[in-house]
Amino acid sequence: MTPDILAALEQARLAKRPVVLATRLPDGHQRLLPDPGAPDGLNAAAAQALREDESVTVRLGTTDWFLHAYNPPLRLIVVGAVHIAQALVPFATQCGFAVTVVDPRRSFASDERFPNVTVSTAWPDEAMDELKPDSRTAVVTLTHDPKLDDPALDRALKSPAFYIGSLGSRRTHAARLKRLRDLGHDEAALARIQGPVGLNIEAVTAPEIALSIIAELVAVRRGAPVPQKQPQAA
Amino acid sequence: MSFAETEDVLGTAAAWRAAGEQVAVATVTETWGSSPRPAGSQMAVTKSGKMAGSVSGGCIEGAVADAAMKTIDTGAPQLLDFGVTHERAWEVGLACGGKVKVFVEKLS
Repeated sequence: MTPDILAALEQARLAKRPVVLATRLPDGHQRLLPDPGAPDGLNAAAAQALREDESVTVRLGTTDWFLHAYNPPLRLIVVGAVHIAQALVPFATQCGFAVTVVDPRRSFASDERFPNVTVSTAWPDEAMDELKPDSRTAVVTLTHDPKLDDPALDRALKSPAFYIGSLGSRRTHAARLKRLRDLGHDEAALARIQGPVGLNIEAVTAPEIALSIIAELVAVRRGAPVPQKQPQAA
Repeated sequence: MSFAETEDVLGTAAAWRAAGEQVAVATVTETWGSSPRPAGSQMAVTKSGKMAGSVSGGCIEGAVADAAMKTIDTGAPQLLDFGVTHERAWEVGLACGGKVKVFVEKLS
């Protein structure tokens, strides 16, 4: 790998621009894609690798190319700088998520409680408007407090976020769905919310609950079947 | 696979290179069957013996590190083939029965 290629990759990473490093096998000639000067077939295969977020070897004509997909990191927005968030952040970071913790309560959202993670003390609706969740973003609300969780969920439902989860018992969740319905969200939208959040592993402690949340996040991201939860009647 | 996937092996390799080390990077380019790490998984090796990342569950890292030393010395990339059909399968094959191809290149 040449210093030029390495520098170009680093530049793309800093700019959060998706790129593919194409390596011709076995001689190791490399180029970055997309590139208007590259053959159409190579650009198309690179676009597919980025879309599927999967690195792959493809054969074009008689030539093998290894296409290494470099997408910007998945994002996780955690609303509520609570104890479970402290356990969730390191799990999520290790799984490749760039995490932002949102909580306007400064005593919760302190650097001391959340070292090395982006913290926003804006109100959740304002924070969400700024963070603009996209299809590579997950949103998890953990506060239990409707005036913090609801605005975040409202914004999340209006976004293409690939995962939306909300902490709370089935009863809490049913009440939450009713409030969101009153805000104009239909059943199809509400079905996007995983509530109670997380896979059912009978989690009790904060790290266990964080583990169940991250497990569900990974399951959704990787396309594993996730059981639908039946909300309790409010 | 994203930049932040578990750990930034290429970033580590680049930092080693910038510090004056001679570095090779091995990348899984293709897998068949139950291989433990997906295509794109990387391992970096320095002439001085530093290692980061992985290309399998630990079964072929030794052989890949040996190949990396050769690539560091010659500058020539290598495409390695590991699996049940490999002639050295009994030595460094994948116990899981999977097959992987690993590309080894030097950071120039």
